[in-house]
Amino acid sequence: MLTIAMPKGRIFAEALELLQKAGYTLPAEFAESRKLMMEVPEENMRFILAKPMDVVTYVEHGVADLGIAGKDVMMEEERDVYELLDLKISKCHLAVAGLPNGRMPQIAPRVATKYPNIASSYFREQGEQVEIIRLNGSIELAPLIGLADRIVDIVSTGRTLKENGLVELEKIADVTSRLIVNPVSYRIKDEEVDVLVCRLSEVIPQ
Amino acid sequence: MTKKLFMFEKPLGMRDTLPFLYEIKKRVRQAMVREIETWGYELIETPTLEYYETVGAASAIDDHQLFKLLDQQGHTLVLRPDMTAPIARLAASRLYQDGNPLRLAYNANVFRAQQREGGRPAEFEQIGVECIGDGTVAADAEVISVMIAALKQTGLRNFTVAIGHIGYVNALFLEILGNEERASVLRRFLYEKNYVGYREHVKSLPLSSIDQKRLLQLLHLRGNDKTMENARELVHSEEGKRAVDELCELASALQLYGVDGAVKIDMSLVSHMSYYAGILFEVYAEHVGFPIGNGGRYDELLEKFSRKAPATGFGVRVDRLIEALGESEAEAAIECIVFSQERFAEALELARTKRREGKRVVLQHILGIRDIDAYSKKYQPITYLLGSGGKEE
Repeated sequence: MLTIAMPKGRIFAEALELLQKAGYTLPAEFAESRKLMMEVPEENMRFILAKPMDVVTYVEHGVADLGIAGKDVMMEEERDVYELLDLKISKCHLAVAGLPNGRMPQIAPRVATKYPNIASSYFREQGEQVEIIRLNGSIELAPLIGLADRIVDIVSTGRTLKENGLVELEKIADVTSRLIVNPVSYRIKDEEVDVLVCRLSEVIPQ
Repeated sequence: MTKKLFMFEKPLGMRDTLPFLYEIKKRVRQAMVREIETWGYELIETPTLEYYETVGAASAIDDHQLFKLLDQQGHTLVLRPDMTAPIARLAASRLYQDGNPLRLAYNANVFRAQQREGGRPAEFEQIGVECIGDGTVAADAEVISVMIAALKQTGLRNFTVAIGHIGYVNALFLEILGNEERASVLRRFLYEKNYVGYREHVKSLPLSSIDQKRLLQLLHLRGNDKTMENARELVHSEEGKRAVDELCELASALQLYGVDGAVKIDMSLVSHMSYYAGILFEVYAEHVGFPIGNGGRYDELLEKFSRKAPATGFGVRVDRLIEALGESEAEAAIECIVFSQERFAEALELARTKRREGKRVVLQHILGIRDIDAYSKKYQPITYLLGSGGKEE
């Protein structure tokens, strides 16, 4: 039996659709239910629902064999898992944003983000020394209220930035969802994993 | 205040081993070591501290995972992060003199600083062997077989050994990409298990579509019976073909050892960026998310200690092995004799007799016990020799 960790929220619907397209019968109540674990005996599969940031943790520890996780999470967490497929869903990108014409100050520049590792390695690569402030949400607020001069966050349509009067300044990386696999499951359940990978890769949008 | 705050604390990643766990560890250790010894491997010990510049630098473990400290002369020391590098040092300096094969084994604690999730162990026991000075595939087969035999002795079932050959990967990359620099970029993707990145990078390279396909094909060279055949077709160079020959030779040797059932070939296995030189392997067990052991051929390590010699070995992590084995009845029974002063001589005699029989016996003065009910629950059976008169139970 394969256990798959699915990310709650934004990515969930698209991931579900992709699995259905690949021919997997999934319970109808999946989308609405509040259950965190669901078995699909006819497919010999079990699904768990986790926060997107936690999917990689479940998979790394092997309690889930596979998971669907955004590249942003993979970059931030650097977990020891196989990244097998680019599912090409939930497209967005990581970017640096700030107030229009807002200059990076010479004294104590600050960057607010949900992705402290990505932000700090990005600015280090640029040779800039900045202070990283970790926030858990509503990142756009930080430059408005004066907590930070820049933010690093994912941008999909750019609407949230726009409505808060921010502009995208630099793009860091493209982000799509990936199929990830625990290294032990990749070897012990190799046949089951290969079948899933094969079926999914046939329906990945090009 | 601060003193109280840390009274029961241990440094990050350090753990106590309580009697229950110790018993299990001991049993696993004894089972493995006994098996390893029957294959003629000799156990050795090396110091916990080594020089950073020599053993620390030669080790396969990343620099940021090393515990470093200074000695009184200001030299940087490391807590040994693995046993292979110290054994290579020892072999190069003392034992490996006549160039004949050397079979060494160890069970020792190694130290690796943890970055994430404080609870992960930073000190753990490893059991392994090193076969130094033998470059034959027979040595690789023996090391893998002794590992499987030792794991089976602990009672472990349902485990898989994935076997690859880094020489094959290197040969394929080199013949298609032309130089080591480009090859190492691609190898890093495999090492980081980033197959998406690997595919994207291959597609971005200015190669013929046939060569691109060959590189992508590498990811599928695993599992089924035709893997070796396909692998042989994929490479053109001598080195590549030789690597496949070695794996075939290994496979038939493992069959004769009777351990081929636990083995899976995976040509894309890259467990380290630069350490291994030939056949390499990782061991996985059900219900444990991390490899419980690994090993392979490290022909270049001894050169770092000025003595060129081929070598291969394995190391198994005892903590993960125990996790894979799961909870067991464990605890060997301990008997107890509770005595009062008047009957001490009698109690002592009884204890001596039982101890001579190899039993584990606690001899306890009745006045030393606070709560007799709680105390008696700990031991089985319990004998009371109290009062001046006849025996009571």
